[in-house]
Amino acid sequence: MHPAPSVIIFSTISGLGFGLMLFLGLGLPDVSGWVAATFATVALGLATIGLLASTFHLGNPKNAIYAFSQWQTSWLSREGIMAVLTLAVFFIYAALWAFMDNRIPMLGYLASAMAMVTVFTTSMIYAQLKTVPRWNTAVTPLLFLLYASAGGALLSNQMTVALVLLGLIIAFQAMAWLQGDTALERSGSSIESATGLGDLGKVRLLEKPHSGENYLLKEMVYVVGRKHAAKLRVLALVLVALLPALLILLTDVNHVIVAIIMLSHIIGLFAQRWLFFAQAEHVVGLYYDAR
Amino acid sequence: MTQLPTSTEKKLGLVIDLDTCVGCHACVISCKGWNTNEYGAPLSDMDAYGGDPSGTFLNRVHTFEAKQEGCASQTIHFPKSCLHCEDAPCVPVCPTGASYKREEDGIVLVNEDKCMGCGLCAWACPYGARELDEMAGVMKKCTLCVDRIYNENLPEEDRIPSCVRTCPAGARHFGDFADPESNVSKLVAERGGMDLMPEQGTKPVNKYLPPRPKADVNGTQAPALEAQSEEITGFLGWLDRTLEKI
Repeated sequence: MHPAPSVIIFSTISGLGFGLMLFLGLGLPDVSGWVAATFATVALGLATIGLLASTFHLGNPKNAIYAFSQWQTSWLSREGIMAVLTLAVFFIYAALWAFMDNRIPMLGYLASAMAMVTVFTTSMIYAQLKTVPRWNTAVTPLLFLLYASAGGALLSNQMTVALVLLGLIIAFQAMAWLQGDTALERSGSSIESATGLGDLGKVRLLEKPHSGENYLLKEMVYVVGRKHAAKLRVLALVLVALLPALLILLTDVNHVIVAIIMLSHIIGLFAQRWLFFAQAEHVVGLYYDAR
Repeated sequence: MTQLPTSTEKKLGLVIDLDTCVGCHACVISCKGWNTNEYGAPLSDMDAYGGDPSGTFLNRVHTFEAKQEGCASQTIHFPKSCLHCEDAPCVPVCPTGASYKREEDGIVLVNEDKCMGCGLCAWACPYGARELDEMAGVMKKCTLCVDRIYNENLPEEDRIPSCVRTCPAGARHFGDFADPESNVSKLVAERGGMDLMPEQGTKPVNKYLPPRPKADVNGTQAPALEAQSEEITGFLGWLDRTLEKI
């Protein structure tokens, strides 16, 4: 799948924002006044920037308002609705907390839960697709939730929780990659099932339907840069989890260290999300003898 | 709405005969022509006369080769367009309600006045039947020529999809699969019409007729010639020997 920068930025940055809301909703860190206002602004800012970025890949954004209408069937619609509702609830909670010095725990728990549901709806946009076997697994939402909450833990300075979450990320991400590498074969789809010609023997594409590129190839048969995937996987895990974990364990975590941790985590997150798209094989590639 | 109908009164669709298709791409061109002039935004071409041309098509013809070990290969021309699936995965994923499947005839359509061009329906389709038009920014797909098949301004013989009307080989058939007596239902029963990627659970309405078995695929390659004897006799033998000596 084509790793569109707008979609990578959307899912990583908004994930961080909603992850931070998870902890702020629980009253962590225990701050008030302008410090609380600053934390809340960062959370709202990240979530909003991410959501705005997601509109950049729309072909016809003027109709985006209709995206709030199909919550009964569409995960993308559910995500849009949940994101807006979560922003609203969290905004009220944070305003009362920072400016009125009146933190309402129940409202905070609600905001935390809604933030996680929002991340879940984002992940289901991908996990629901039978056409992309690598994504079509319960590990996809699990990883989205882990990445969002780990980022939130780092941003809210909850380093013990962060260590646990980073450890889980390493384990489940490695599992997702290993399982994902055979997902297309295990899905049962092949060029033979795609064409129905398996009875006649081994099938191959003799001639493409068109001499140039098309939307399908650009969007769903993206193979550029896959040869670096193995190196990028190592780099992603080191930057997103291993280096931050080591810095938490081995250093006296001060503001400079936190900045380094966040920089490392975010770069690693971009690499992970790039791989998530670039390595995902869509079954339509079978009609092009590609994957 | 993006909820799929539990059943449709008719199941309109195509039968594509892989035995008959000659791969001329006339259906591709006729589809592009009709659908550029009629339903919704035109099917645009980008950089049409430049070095990197691309464009939107609702129907494309692939060509495959199937080969069994030790046999001659077979070439199969393979037209592919929307299969108007009963369990169309493209419809429920649509966030705006632009994609829908009609209850009266099962045709899957896009309402371009609601489409925001997110492309999720194209991701959900295993067959590559949907293409986002780069100029209009909205999703394009086969409409089964909904603007022809019910169009009383057209002569009756033209009230079939443009690709079917055009096919010079008669490899494309249009009809109602819900009616067991229809031309398409009979063809499917007689010729063993098949689904593409049945494992995806989409229940395609369009069916493909597999190539008829060849009379003797194994015997089509002529047997190897006997090796000629080394000794050549007669005049040619004399000439050969004489030339050797010179």
